[in-house]
Amino acid sequence: MIKGIKYILTGILFGIIMSKSEAVSWYRIQEMFRFQSFHMYGLIGSAVAIGILITLLIKRYQLKDIKGATITFSDKAWGWKRYLTGGIIFGLGWALTGACPGPIFVLLGQGFPVMLLVIAGALLGTYTYGVIKDRLPH
Amino acid sequence: MLLMTIIEYIRQPWPWYVSGTAIAAIMVVLIFFGRSFGVSSNLRTICSLAGAGKKVPFFQFDYKAQYWNLLFLAGTVAGGFIASHWLSSPGALQLSAATVRDLQALHIQFDGLTAPSQLFGSAALLSAKGWIILGIGGFLVGFGSRYAGGCTSGHAISGLSNLQLPSLIAVAGFFIGGLIMTHLLYPLIFVR
Repeated sequence: MIKGIKYILTGILFGIIMSKSEAVSWYRIQEMFRFQSFHMYGLIGSAVAIGILITLLIKRYQLKDIKGATITFSDKAWGWKRYLTGGIIFGLGWALTGACPGPIFVLLGQGFPVMLLVIAGALLGTYTYGVIKDRLPH
Repeated sequence: MLLMTIIEYIRQPWPWYVSGTAIAAIMVVLIFFGRSFGVSSNLRTICSLAGAGKKVPFFQFDYKAQYWNLLFLAGTVAGGFIASHWLSSPGALQLSAATVRDLQALHIQFDGLTAPSQLFGSAALLSAKGWIILGIGGFLVGFGSRYAGGCTSGHAISGLSNLQLPSLIAVAGFFIGGLIMTHLLYPLIFVR
């Protein structure tokens, strides 16, 4: 349980960061998809730029995690059909609900009980994918 | 006194570069915990916990190895609660005037909150449109993220940070889908 607390604390920080960044805002997502503000592009862009730099440093200096194991990064399986098609389907939902999976849960905590319906839909969508995945192009 | 000053400071809306840095920091912390940052895989874990593995092989996996991620997810809900109760911004959301106008044309009024209460208030559950937006929107998010093998955190942040071409393709897909929904489907959905 003690070991689990650090994940809860990291999650709490993430929920606060997502709230204060306004990345959980339906309005901000609309603004992004209408190219009417730099906010979301700057946010994602700076996160990725810093992420690339730190990932390179971790690999370059073969840094270890807190358990003492050398950190490794797994490559995504190659292909494009699943990424493009799945990505488009995800994007349709992202623009409709104004929330991706993280923000859905952050918004529930912020006091939007209707997010329970979004979560139910997301679970049903995940389940449906599991049922029909072998019939989909990957 | 110092604590109050810090809280006052945190309460202001954060500039994009502060937020971007903070999100990257979350990814890095999880990497040093020996994990990887990806929220949508929790949806698969929850399906497995609910017993979906009995019928569908996709949900038969070592989901106990994902418990840490469920704790992270529980934390995000708590984080949202803390932010909205004690750290909420003093003023209204600074939305661009162009977006306010565009939304008005779709009969969606900007109320300065996080999400329009018109669509995300509990009254939304009384209308068919509310169910479509929330239920079908959630379905598309859940189906699409698993099909694509990740969402904004797994692909856009973790994957792009590791220079993964599949993640770049997925992120391009996220935007294609978002643009189709916003520019082609919104005018049909919000026609009144």
